[in-house]
Amino acid sequence: MEAVVIIFFCVSILLYFLLGGADFGAGIVELLTSRKNLSKTRKTMYHAIGPVWEANHMWLIIAVVILFVGFPSIYSAMSVYLHIPLAIMLIGIIARGTAFVFRHYDAVKDRMQQTYNRIFVYSSFITPLFLGIIAGSVISRHIDTGARNFADAYIWGWLNGFSISVGLFTVALCGFLAAIYLIGEADDAADRQRFIRKAKQMNLAAVASGCIVFVFAEQDGVPLRSWIFENPVGLSAITAATLSLVVLWYLLLRGKTRVLRILAGFQVTMILVAISYAHFPYFLRLKNGQDLSLYEHMAPEKTIQTLGVALLAGSLLILPFLGYLFYSFQRSAEDDGTA
Amino acid sequence: MDDFLAARSQMALSLGFHIIYACIGMVMPFFMAVSHYKWLRTGRPVYKDLTKAWSKGVAIFFATGAVSGTVLSFELGLLWPEFMKHAGPIFGMPFSLEGTAFFIEAIALGFFLYGWEKLNRWFHWFTGLVVGFSGLASGILVVAANAWMNSPAGFDFVDGKYLNVDPVAAMFNKAWFSQALHMSLAAFASTGFAVAGVHALMLLRNRQSEFHAKAFRIAAVFACIAALLQPLSGDLSAKDVAQRQPAKLAAMEALYRTERSAPLIIGGIPDDKTGQVHAKIEIPGLLSYMAHGEWQAEVTGLDKIAPADRPPVAVTHYAFQIMVGIGTLLMIISLVYFIALARKRSWLEKSWFLKLFVFAIPLGYIALEAGWVVTEVGRQPWIIYGVMRTADAVTPMPGIAWSFYLFSAIYLSLSLIVIFLLYRQIKMVPVLYSSGSSDLKKTH
Ligand code: HDD
Ligand code: HEM
Ligand code: HEM
Repeated sequence: MEAVVIIFFCVSILLYFLLGGADFGAGIVELLTSRKNLSKTRKTMYHAIGPVWEANHMWLIIAVVILFVGFPSIYSAMSVYLHIPLAIMLIGIIARGTAFVFRHYDAVKDRMQQTYNRIFVYSSFITPLFLGIIAGSVISRHIDTGARNFADAYIWGWLNGFSISVGLFTVALCGFLAAIYLIGEADDAADRQRFIRKAKQMNLAAVASGCIVFVFAEQDGVPLRSWIFENPVGLSAITAATLSLVVLWYLLLRGKTRVLRILAGFQVTMILVAISYAHFPYFLRLKNGQDLSLYEHMAPEKTIQTLGVALLAGSLLILPFLGYLFYSFQRSAEDDGTA
Repeated sequence: MDDFLAARSQMALSLGFHIIYACIGMVMPFFMAVSHYKWLRTGRPVYKDLTKAWSKGVAIFFATGAVSGTVLSFELGLLWPEFMKHAGPIFGMPFSLEGTAFFIEAIALGFFLYGWEKLNRWFHWFTGLVVGFSGLASGILVVAANAWMNSPAGFDFVDGKYLNVDPVAAMFNKAWFSQALHMSLAAFASTGFAVAGVHALMLLRNRQSEFHAKAFRIAAVFACIAALLQPLSGDLSAKDVAQRQPAKLAAMEALYRTERSAPLIIGGIPDDKTGQVHAKIEIPGLLSYMAHGEWQAEVTGLDKIAPADRPPVAVTHYAFQIMVGIGTLLMIISLVYFIALARKRSWLEKSWFLKLFVFAIPLGYIALEAGWVVTEVGRQPWIIYGVMRTADAVTPMPGIAWSFYLFSAIYLSLSLIVIFLLYRQIKMVPVLYSSGSSDLKKTH
């Protein structure tokens, strides 16, 4: 059961990154869209994520619940030392979710719409930025549990070059996922071209910010290079990601959407695998050199047993419906093109 | 404001908001399903319009419920890390099942909102019903988690260690049933009265509106049935509390001295210093009967509780008075409603009758919040009753007061926007729906 729980934990983080990420990315794409194309983009986007966005964000809740039930001391340490970025991320989540719904359900479409739009796009940027910052801080040994003053304990743990560069990288990846996803939802050629262009730009942004992450890793002493290049799994994952990049650009030029989506998802998955495999099962790495392992900080056996059973039973119930939801709306979008 | 107080206030604030969104999110789908059913059966457009109008409300509240709930699942750690470190593995079972319920709810809602004219009609109806049942299940599950804090079970506490953890036993703790029952009824009563009241208000403006008449009817029936059952379930809860948390019961009733044939007091101003309750009305023996089912029974007073373990008496007592007072009032309104339905149909048109429901709009929610204050403040100073003190659970990070101000500002603006949105939805009914008004016919 230990393995089941850990697999569910990793998979829900991954799915949140892919699905929730594409969802945040849609806001980022909107942020970067020129004014004259905005209403078009918004419509395509609403059409694409409207029916599924709630479900996409459930993965975060699942991950958090697994964390506090299964790995309580890790959850509690993160909550204490990353309080500030977590709180900012939460504010982003509140702002984004509500603005998205409000702008659609406001019965009168007037100037309020602009307010909702602005809140939506900025929070679509802030939330993944801080998710990335949190991820960067968790793995980079910046968190200082022995700190004696406020700033060392609660600020420098996450406000540092490496964490911020991971945050920006996350934002770029989300934008990339969204642009690729939206290509398939566009309903005319001009729209399509625009999303293809966005996808290319976001891809370049991801590569560039990825390089910046490496620079800061060197500077802050995060052994990112050795995790990725001195480990067979990391190495093959990153090679696969790079190769798929070539194929992806080729396909982007030809415009094959379904394969593109799979490929983009694959690429992001490979990047996550490359980064995290080498230090698995160490989830939280602290400044004092202590690394908290998922195995060693697990809840008592009986809890893990029931959690595992609950997760397995839950997914038996959920997955068929979720698949059917994606399938139905995929198909009906192809049928009529209007919602 | 000191950090400990700020943390408690922030938790109370977030839950106070979430509970309202969550109750609406779990009850409205049932109203919707009834109206949807009538549309499918009778084919009268008014029911379709009503279903669609309500489903927009559900979508708005589902989103606010989901985000405020996501915030809570982090706040448990952000504010009470020491509590979660130990409690997480024990009371986590309902939360992990709740995850499944949420997921099903979100999926079903996706089907429901976007499935008009796309899905088979009855399957579509069914997805709406699934939204309601999974919402109700989440409510029950999370209340089971809270009940565990009142009535810890499923572990042995030895030398400060939590051993022999059994999450299933923790979930089915002694308090879960009475709390979950009372909570579910409260959700129906509070949301039912609020919805019925809003439509009653609209009817006062335009008696001819079929739309509001049907809406009122559906919401009022749910509300009044729940409000009639509520005091019965409350009585069950009180007997339960008397057994498992005598300190809470004593605070609820401001009973400073242990007594036989203890009286039930109504109103009154408790004074901790003298142990007196001023300006009260007493009903002899009733408290003994309510707590233990015997007029003569002894009821534990605060004098039997060590001073360090006593909950704040005044807040708990006032909150309890407010809840019971409102509960009685809502019960009377429900009786009036059923009398009207059964033999005085002319009342249904009268403006005093509709005004009664308008008056009741906020009452259910006030009772709901008051009830939670009884439960939570009455448990103090414990976060896990008898096991861990709230003060020992709070985060070591200083400056929580700022976080409290920030979150208060956010929740306040969020509620203002939600009220504004609903106001606009209701104002637009005549324009959007042909059945909203008899004279404004619009095709769409
Ligand atoms: C519409 C809301 C509402 C109404 C009308 C009432 N209650 Fe209530 N009450 C709640 C809403 C509520 C609640 C918010 O849902 C609580 C908080 C925790 C819980 O399980 O339910 C609660 C808790 C609660 C408790 C504490 C339970 C515990 O700590 O486990 C008692 C003893 C009562 N109630 C008793 C009553 C009585 C005797 C009522 C008589 C009319 C009554 N309630 C009406
Ligand atoms: C008495 C207290 C509570 C009740 C009755 C309750 C009930 C509910 C319900 C019915 C929903 C579904 C939302 C909707 O349909 O609008 C919901 C959402 C949620 N609640 Fe609560 N809840 C309570 C307290 C909590 C607490 C303490 C937590 C955190 C640990 C929490 C976490 C969540 C989460 C994460 C969601 C979002 C899930 C989604 O997307 O639907 N809730 N809650
Ligand atoms: C939704 C309705 C709820 C409301 C309005 C509510 C209200 C409150 C209030 C007023 C406090 C502060 C008490 C004090 O410090 O004097 C509090 C504390 C707390 N509540 Fe609740 N509560 C609700 C449900 C829940 C649920 C379902 C859970 C957990 C599963 C929960 C967990 C907590 C925790 C951990 C604290 C902080 C520690 C404490 O003060 O005991 N609450 N809540």
